[in-house]
Amino acid sequence: MVPLNYYLVLSGVLFAIGTAGVFLRRNLITVLLSIEIMLNAVNLTFVAVGRYLGTVDGQIITFFVMTVAAAEAAVGLALVISLFRHRETLNPDAFTALKW
Amino acid sequence: MLVLIPLLPFAGFVINAFVGRRLSKTVSGGLACLVMVAAFLVAAITGWTVISGGHAIEQTLFTWLPSGDLQIPFALRVDPLATVMILVVTGIGALIHVYSIGYMHEETDGEYARYFSYLNLFASFMLVLVLGANFPVMFIGWEGVGLCSYLLIGFWFRKKPAADAGKKAFVVNRIGDFGFILGMLLLFASFHTLDFQGVALAAAARAPETATFGLMTAATLLLFLGATGKSAQIPLYVWLPDAMEGPTPVSALIHAATMVTAGVYMIARNAVLFSHAPTTLAVVAGIGVATALMAGTIGLVQNDIKRVLAYSTVSQLGYMFLAMGMGAYAAGIFHLYTHAFFKALLFLGSGAVIHALAGEQDLRNMGGLKKALPVTYWTFLTGAIAIAGVPPLSGFFSKDEILFRTFTGTAVNGWNGRPLLWLIGIVTSLLTATYMFRLVFMAFHGERRHDAPAAPVRPEEEEPGAPVPPLPGPVYSDLPAVDRTHGATHASHAHEGAHLHDAPPSMAIPLIVLAIGSIVAGFIGVPHAIWGSNRIETFLDPSFEVSREAAATEPGAPLVDVPPAAEPHEDTGRELTLMAVSTGIAFAGIGIAMYFWLRNRAASDRMARRFAALHRLLLNKYYVDEIYDAAVVQPIRLLSTSGLWKGVDVGIIDGAVNGVGLSVGAGSRGLRRAQTGSVRTYAASLFLGVVLILGWYLWR
Repeated sequence: MVPLNYYLVLSGVLFAIGTAGVFLRRNLITVLLSIEIMLNAVNLTFVAVGRYLGTVDGQIITFFVMTVAAAEAAVGLALVISLFRHRETLNPDAFTALKW
Repeated sequence: MLVLIPLLPFAGFVINAFVGRRLSKTVSGGLACLVMVAAFLVAAITGWTVISGGHAIEQTLFTWLPSGDLQIPFALRVDPLATVMILVVTGIGALIHVYSIGYMHEETDGEYARYFSYLNLFASFMLVLVLGANFPVMFIGWEGVGLCSYLLIGFWFRKKPAADAGKKAFVVNRIGDFGFILGMLLLFASFHTLDFQGVALAAAARAPETATFGLMTAATLLLFLGATGKSAQIPLYVWLPDAMEGPTPVSALIHAATMVTAGVYMIARNAVLFSHAPTTLAVVAGIGVATALMAGTIGLVQNDIKRVLAYSTVSQLGYMFLAMGMGAYAAGIFHLYTHAFFKALLFLGSGAVIHALAGEQDLRNMGGLKKALPVTYWTFLTGAIAIAGVPPLSGFFSKDEILFRTFTGTAVNGWNGRPLLWLIGIVTSLLTATYMFRLVFMAFHGERRHDAPAAPVRPEEEEPGAPVPPLPGPVYSDLPAVDRTHGATHASHAHEGAHLHDAPPSMAIPLIVLAIGSIVAGFIGVPHAIWGSNRIETFLDPSFEVSREAAATEPGAPLVDVPPAAEPHEDTGRELTLMAVSTGIAFAGIGIAMYFWLRNRAASDRMARRFAALHRLLLNKYYVDEIYDAAVVQPIRLLSTSGLWKGVDVGIIDGAVNGVGLSVGAGSRGLRRAQTGSVRTYAASLFLGVVLILGWYLWR
């Protein structure tokens, strides 16, 4: 059986990749994908720890997260389309109108 | 029972103040008079009890201020002194209320009710002042009459001089009240009681102060400052002449007969205390006689009929303070009592003249009114004779008593200026007779001078007040327009008859009653020298000593003898001589007036021209108003404007408020740079924050 630590390390790596993607990528769709990676890293942790403790709580929470992630992806993509119609670009650095 | 005396006028005030607007003049005026007459009856019954029983009546209503060892009951007390005062206040007050019915009948219903409500409120406060058994209760009345004085002087408040005069009276009185409060606090701090009898007992337990400035001297001087404010003495007399802007009955009631005597009453009420502070007594006498002389000289040249009477009042009050300062309390109160009659009479008489002449107040535009106004003339003449001091009218007895006491009393504190004081008193007496008869001759004798060239009037007399409609009446068309509201309201009334009308019954009856009073009021104080018994003095004296019963109940307080109020009667001869002198002086004054203003008018003008500088000085009232303005009003104004307003208020207070706003604004201008709008920056700072907080928990 694969030890818990492996799962946790994998999850940490995935989360780091997602975070780096959120900060570094210049495309809003990629940023959304990176957020999905971060969420799934967390899901992996939940499932692994749930299995390790022998409870189903982790799996239940994972289903919740997946539901919310689906809704978030729908809203996020709608926003992205709307923004693109305004500015013809998806670079987050272009959207700085909301300042002093 | 006792509480009814002030409560009855107060009830009248409440009714007139709240529903008077909806009452007709007959009802509101009648009600006001009725409560005063009722109060007079109660006062008379009370007075009778005191006179026949010979001891004070006291009534404690409730404990007003229970606070530690400061226990102030709301207590009223009637002793002989208060008896005289309540009879004067309610009696003369009732007459003046009746007179007002006629005098104020031109006012609208609402104004009429407002007038009577103030008048009743005044009477109520005055009675509280007189009946109060301790300082705080007296102070209620003391402040209350000041308030009513303000309201009534400024009764025609749409007229600027009247509003200003009311304000001046209030402010000047406040200065005096400040002294009164301090004196009261000092007494409480040293004697631990504010009851008049308690204070008298505590004072009697000490020897009279020989130090120039001891505790009792300080307290009494502070109280005296209060008295100078209320009773119009130097240096706080300036409000009273201006107070003539009020309706004439108000001048008669408040500024002649009752309120202005409050200071005299207060000193008499604390006679024992004042007797133990000889320095204060000397000050009181000096101030009194100086005021008497100063006001008398000013009165000699004034041309406004009411102002002459106002200065005369100030002068007579000076006499009363002279008596107080001499320790002749009974003589002072006696003069207060007779003065109330003849000064109220004179004021009401002048009111009748003003009423008949459609608001004219300038003596130079009067003359020859004797035929047209017989009732007014004869009553006014009676008053003038009484105040001049011609025997056997009332003024003679009281004034003579004061002068006699001034001349013969013992030296105070080694200071013997009595002959000088007496001399000034006699000179003032001469002046009194002269200016009063100048008034009589200028107003009632000679020819009617309604087309006299209006000589340059002093600025405050020609204030453009309410616009006066041109008068079409045949007699009055050539009257110089007098900007008095009263004139305007009476003008229409006056030209209806096309001739001068004498006082209507509601005004004539009080005049006649007061004239009779002026003649006979003095007989209760006929001195022993001319086979009288001076009953008022015997009656009043217990009020000026520590009451025996009160002393007996406090075994710790030994009775130190108060300076004897009753003088030995061996010097009858001297008293008769002095009487002859003052009678002669009175006639001399009348003679002078007759020569200058009846026989030989040109001579008076010549005199005025010859002593032009002096004449101008007197006409301008020694420039005291101007001096006060320059010395007090302007510095305060300067301090307030450039110091307190532009400096403290604008600089510090506004500066602090605006400064807070400005610094917040400046800070925000700097901080808003952090709001870049870049989502990634926000996300980075969020991430950094999370890392930092987690790190803190992990590696703590």
